[in-house]
Amino acid sequence: MGVKKFIVGTFYDEQVLFPAVKKVRKAGYKLHDVYTPFPIHGLDKEMGLKDTSLHVAGFIYGITGTTTAVSFITWALTVDWQINFGGKPFFSLPAWIPITFELTVLFAAVGMVLTFCWLCQLAPFVKKDHFNPRSTDDTFVMAIECTSKTNEEEAVAFLKSIGSSEVTVENKETGWWIGRYDQDTTRFGKKIEAV
Amino acid sequence: MSSLKEQFTPTKRFNTIAIALMLVGFIAIIALYFSTHGSGIAEADKQKQDARFWASLLQNSVYFLLVVNASMFFICATTLAWGGWQISFRRVTEAISACVPIIGVLAAIILLAIAFGDNHTIYHWTDTHHVHDDPILNHKKGFLNKGFFATVTILTVVLWSLLGYKLRAMSRKLDTNPLPSIEAGKKYMWKNTIWAALYAVVFALTVMSTVPWLWLMSIDAHWYSTMYSWYTFASTFVAGVALIALFVIYLKNKGYLELTNTEHLHDLGKFMFAFSIFWTYLWYSQFMLIWYANIPEETIYFKPRATGLYSGIFWFMFIINFIAPLLILMSRDSKRNYTIIAVVAVLIIFGHWLDFYQMVFPAISPNKVPMILYDFGVALGFVGIIMFVTGRVLSKHSLIPKNHPFIKESVIHHT
Repeated sequence: MGVKKFIVGTFYDEQVLFPAVKKVRKAGYKLHDVYTPFPIHGLDKEMGLKDTSLHVAGFIYGITGTTTAVSFITWALTVDWQINFGGKPFFSLPAWIPITFELTVLFAAVGMVLTFCWLCQLAPFVKKDHFNPRSTDDTFVMAIECTSKTNEEEAVAFLKSIGSSEVTVENKETGWWIGRYDQDTTRFGKKIEAV
Repeated sequence: MSSLKEQFTPTKRFNTIAIALMLVGFIAIIALYFSTHGSGIAEADKQKQDARFWASLLQNSVYFLLVVNASMFFICATTLAWGGWQISFRRVTEAISACVPIIGVLAAIILLAIAFGDNHTIYHWTDTHHVHDDPILNHKKGFLNKGFFATVTILTVVLWSLLGYKLRAMSRKLDTNPLPSIEAGKKYMWKNTIWAALYAVVFALTVMSTVPWLWLMSIDAHWYSTMYSWYTFASTFVAGVALIALFVIYLKNKGYLELTNTEHLHDLGKFMFAFSIFWTYLWYSQFMLIWYANIPEETIYFKPRATGLYSGIFWFMFIINFIAPLLILMSRDSKRNYTIIAVVAVLIIFGHWLDFYQMVFPAISPNKVPMILYDFGVALGFVGIIMFVTGRVLSKHSLIPKNHPFIKESVIHHT
């Protein structure tokens, strides 16, 4: 992904943040992301984010679980090792429904958690750059990506004019790397403060 | 909020359709009466034919009573949970629940007529000579007897009607007397909670336990299942939510209920989706245990239904009550689509009506599936009553409870 230049503005109030997001998008700046300490209803719509296909993935994992369960139990109990359970037919679907259901849920749940982690690039030792550590505490942080057309000074002034309390221009790594915060001392040529 | 359309007036077409449906129902009842009581019926067959007539009335009145009563339960459950999202269309649920006294009286008359008219083909526990020689029924005498049946039936209808009246009255009072302060609002919510809790207790003692056992399960008096009432409740609740969704969509189409939008529809769709699965869970739990244990006195119930004459209806209703809602309503987009929700709602109401059909008829007509069109005609009559009464009640009061403390929560509702 590489290092890119960002204009980072902080906000303290949702009432200011929402119109600010709207104005930034309307002014044609490239909105990288907005970081908030808690989920905010409607912000995704305001930012123009699309739905992920996580639910489609979940459905596919689910039916994979169903097929796995039904086909395996069918093979095991009717072909490989037939057992007479109280005179029931070898192929007795009602008795298999609970396992089928549970395997469906298991596949869907585990698959979706892993897919979610994949989409969000979350894993042990995978590290990402912070724009502002206070976005995990009490501040909303908006990052605008600088393109070749962006006039930095103008953008900073613009962010200040729409209610941002603190605006900085920063170079940040947009991808992820494997490492440990407590052992990294420098990153991209600059010193790291503890996060 | 001054520009909201609060006054619903049923269009001429709406009323005409409602009255036409009631007429269809009336004609169906008369036609059914003559086809079962005509001169061409053999003497030995007379009692069975009479039972077939009453069973149709029983199935339809009980089904539609429980469906409109599900609206009562919806109001109470959301009130108890202090839910706010449903307030924008709460008047619709209130209007549907106003059908409870009317259909309740009809159902009570039919049920008492069957029990006290000594219709032994339907309720053979009313036959005292037979019960005397039947050890199983003799054992159940304390529960299955006319006195207890009549008491529970009348008490149920009266309590549902009274508590429903009280809850509706409390909600309507706010239209003319807005709450003066936050303290008064808290008091109002507390009062609502108390009455809703009272209703919940009554509901638990009726729909969730005794009433389906007495009204429906006692048709197969030898057979018993403790899941039966839960299963009936799930059946009627999902149909009840579908009915609410249909009325909401109708009113939206006519330009009313401006505060209700796809977010609320999405939640109604979720209810339909979730309770379809809940119904299947109970249906399956009842079926699987009996299938597995394979004890003749228990499997006798499923033999005609799952494998015998009625297997077509049985599996068809399983498909439209489970597989159709599961696959159609699974995605978010379909739950936010008015057309899809309307189609699935109709499908669900019809599917659970079929479910009740296969609960009632196999015991009464074991050798021949009765002509279902008559019963469908009677069902249309009940649909007409629901449309007519709900339309009238909706037009009498403001469509939006604009002074309810939680109305803002409903307006900004977001899923």
